[in-house]
Amino acid sequence: MKRQTRHHKVQLAVIGSGLAGMAASMFALDRGLVTAQVGNTGAIAYTSGYFDLLGAADGHALHDPWHGLDALRRDEPDHPLSRIDNDDIATAFSLFTTTVSAMGIGYTQSSARNRMALLPGGLVKPTLSVPNTMLGGIKARTHGARALIIDFTGLQGFSAKEFCANIGSSWPGLSSATVAFPDMQSGRQLFAEEMARALEVPQTQKLLAERIRDHLGEAEYVGLPALLGIHAPDHVHAAMENLIGVPLFEIPTLPPAVPGIRLREMFEQTLPKKGLTLVPQQKVQRVEFSDQGVTLSLQDNFGDVMIEAGAAILATGRFLSGGLVTDRDTVHETLLGIPVCQPSSRGDWHRQDYFDPHGHPINRAGIEVDVEFRPLNDKGTPVDEHLFAAGTVLAHQDWTRQRCGAGIAIASSYKAVEAASVLLNNARSKLT
Amino acid sequence: MNGPDPTGTKVFETEVLIIGGGVTGTGVMRDLALRGVNCLLIDQKDLNAGASGGNHGLLHSGGRYASTDEQTAAECKTEGDILKKTAPDCIDECGGIFAAVEGDDIDFAARFADHCAAAGIACRSLSPLEARELEPSLSDKVFAAFAVEDAAIDPFHITLGNVSHATLLTDSTYLPHTEAIDFEVVNGAITSVLCRDSRTGESVRIRTKQVVNAAGAWAMNVAKLAGCGDVALLYAKGTLIISNARISNGVINRLRVPGDGDILVPGGTVSLLGTTSDNIDKLDDIRPTVDEVDRILHEGIGMVPGLENTRFIRAFSGVRPLLQAVGADVDGRKASRGFRLFDHEDQGLSNFVTLVGGKLTTYRLMAEKTGDLVARRLGNGEPCKTATTALPSGDAVRWTEPGFAPRYWYKRSDQSDAILCECEMVPQSAVDEIIADEYGASKHMSLRAIALRSRIGKGSCQGSFCAARVTSHLYDRDIYVCDEGREHMKDFVSERFKGVRPVLWGRQMPQMELAEALHCGLMGLDLLGEGGDENDDGNADLP
Repeated sequence: MKRQTRHHKVQLAVIGSGLAGMAASMFALDRGLVTAQVGNTGAIAYTSGYFDLLGAADGHALHDPWHGLDALRRDEPDHPLSRIDNDDIATAFSLFTTTVSAMGIGYTQSSARNRMALLPGGLVKPTLSVPNTMLGGIKARTHGARALIIDFTGLQGFSAKEFCANIGSSWPGLSSATVAFPDMQSGRQLFAEEMARALEVPQTQKLLAERIRDHLGEAEYVGLPALLGIHAPDHVHAAMENLIGVPLFEIPTLPPAVPGIRLREMFEQTLPKKGLTLVPQQKVQRVEFSDQGVTLSLQDNFGDVMIEAGAAILATGRFLSGGLVTDRDTVHETLLGIPVCQPSSRGDWHRQDYFDPHGHPINRAGIEVDVEFRPLNDKGTPVDEHLFAAGTVLAHQDWTRQRCGAGIAIASSYKAVEAASVLLNNARSKLT
Repeated sequence: MNGPDPTGTKVFETEVLIIGGGVTGTGVMRDLALRGVNCLLIDQKDLNAGASGGNHGLLHSGGRYASTDEQTAAECKTEGDILKKTAPDCIDECGGIFAAVEGDDIDFAARFADHCAAAGIACRSLSPLEARELEPSLSDKVFAAFAVEDAAIDPFHITLGNVSHATLLTDSTYLPHTEAIDFEVVNGAITSVLCRDSRTGESVRIRTKQVVNAAGAWAMNVAKLAGCGDVALLYAKGTLIISNARISNGVINRLRVPGDGDILVPGGTVSLLGTTSDNIDKLDDIRPTVDEVDRILHEGIGMVPGLENTRFIRAFSGVRPLLQAVGADVDGRKASRGFRLFDHEDQGLSNFVTLVGGKLTTYRLMAEKTGDLVARRLGNGEPCKTATTALPSGDAVRWTEPGFAPRYWYKRSDQSDAILCECEMVPQSAVDEIIADEYGASKHMSLRAIALRSRIGKGSCQGSFCAARVTSHLYDRDIYVCDEGREHMKDFVSERFKGVRPVLWGRQMPQMELAEALHCGLMGLDLLGEGGDENDDGNADLP
């Protein structure tokens, strides 16, 4: 069989399939741009499912992220979120959560304050938007409601006893029970993803609800690890609530976890229906710039792919997603060799104390961008006028410690798409 | 035997109190137990917390010392042979090579065989081709090579086995996290030692007939506490790095005057490369540095070029307690590897003994000499039996060996025995066994204590997943009942990070990013105490 090169001619090419890449494609489609997206699945399967905007500063939890952003602009003017005003961030966040909800996974909307969302070990974290399936837990804890926490025989990494023991001081009315998941071979290790897929079947829902009801007692709520379906979690959630008879909530689990798998599958299935050309699970091998834009070359199982675009957005993430790599002394950007702002030597990459509240300097390494979110070369000028960047590949942020990963992904993608859109419109008006 | 005294201090009684839970202290414990003596062992931290846990795990053929210290070399040979017979489960008889590469001292290499012969050490000359056939990872710049009878030994298995056997023989006891703080002396004899439990702050009094100071690098401090000023030690910090896969078949030694990255030792499924030697003044906050790792690699690559692209998962440091003779050279690497027994009689004490110096390979001999003295003082006429009695390999002491857990799990093929640590394939039954058979370890078993007794957290994920899984398991087993599990997890991963930090580059960076996302983002360990204790958490905007 002869291998044929497939050409895609689009307005915008998005490189990277993590949260930032998905958000960029979503925003681009929303603006009516003809868009293609390429890239390995990012670290999206590692998410808790919560969308943080800004949840911590200097080792302290933040309850008002918007006030926190004002302080960030003062203290860290180079932080990607400091370069975007609160109105744009709010607009981007709302557009993102509304669209995700409309695409099939209900999320709470952006609000004035962070919510204290439940974590698997029984702690809580400040976050801005949570899946509707997880909202009940926040409510139940706020009201000190009696709740039954369920774990499953064979499912590792989530212990109802552990959850109750750790959250008990702020939420005394908890009880725990271990349940055998229906129709799974007993004795073996179970995985949240297969359990979630099984729960899309009404018969399994019915069997599980019966087993949970056996332990219900006086409980007003039931909490369980996140496994209420992959494709229509809100439906599974509603059906299970109906069967059990009390409100139900999910708690995130250790990765690879269902909330991230849900997002990935939803993006991959829904965005192409909106017109996205998606080349999943492939790495861009070559990037060439011209006066007209950018050409990306890669190969997939069916042969060579060439994507010609008027502009491109680099959303390749950090070390886990392959956007950044190091040798023994230096951090490099992998695709284009864009200069990486970084500590001067390996001895300065990490602090001595793992949990130092200031975080590790290496986490703030990344590429620098101008006000239009165009990556800069070592002369401080744009690498190319057609290239933009978004997400955690950007320098001057510590998304883990600051609880701002989704915030950066969403807001910087929004701004990068906005700037790319201006460039593309200008190019079009020149032609006409 | 045990009970609180009128002031509420917990009291223990024993024939011999041993201070220091390294190979030497536990070796003395077993030696005396084999003579029918009841011992109580204490350690200010836990087993092998010092140099016994911070070394290559190399059972020296003696070749390393053949050129400089004939007596130590000969002792290594004799003791190595004994341990291979009595503790075969702890030893991998992988053999070893001494190899000189271009640039190394030709004369040093040329004299090696004669020095080995003088010390009675078996040594066979190899052509460069033969050497590289035995060890394909060796540099092609090898110009001289010799095969010797080096072996790899698991010091954790040895220590755990010593304690386990002594407990079985004479009901001897081990108390971790117990620090000696005062000696009560009556008529030139120690009658009791006051200790403090470093976790709870509680006092413990130990009444004893004899005291053995086997505190390793801390032995000088302990001797001073007992009023003895005759122990003078030199501290030499040594750092090593661990690869994620086994690099060589056997031990590879650089055939030259010892330097930083001269010895590569297989440890089951991994390899250990080292060792630096830097004199230090203080014993606290010993941790490996980026500079030390770079020095080790720079030297090691000359001998085994593939180390350039090897993935390293951890570094660790130990402190060599070296005997300081009057006016001696202060280079730690050249100081004597011999050991010395202080009877302290000239210091006015009749029942206190300190043993210092020596090596992992000769620990049994050191224990024998100490056991002889202590037994004589007790009026016990039993001879030493450690040279002929096999070290039993109990159920709970076998989990430290790299590669044991996966073999066990596959053989057992019980699907319900979930794997808690995927990198090292440690199943929950292993953790349950360790908890059940904890020989005096803490009631509230810490993750660190479990990790010491198994391979948990020693794989390439740096404890990202297993710390959380083992913690969950301990809650399920009602070992943890409150929020103490969070602190144990935080303590465990912080401690792991000390070793991980200097080898973070390349393929370890994604692991670190994931680890931090889990420990901070998903577990919230960096914001402990920052939790939801505020009273305004979003009531207003809840739908």
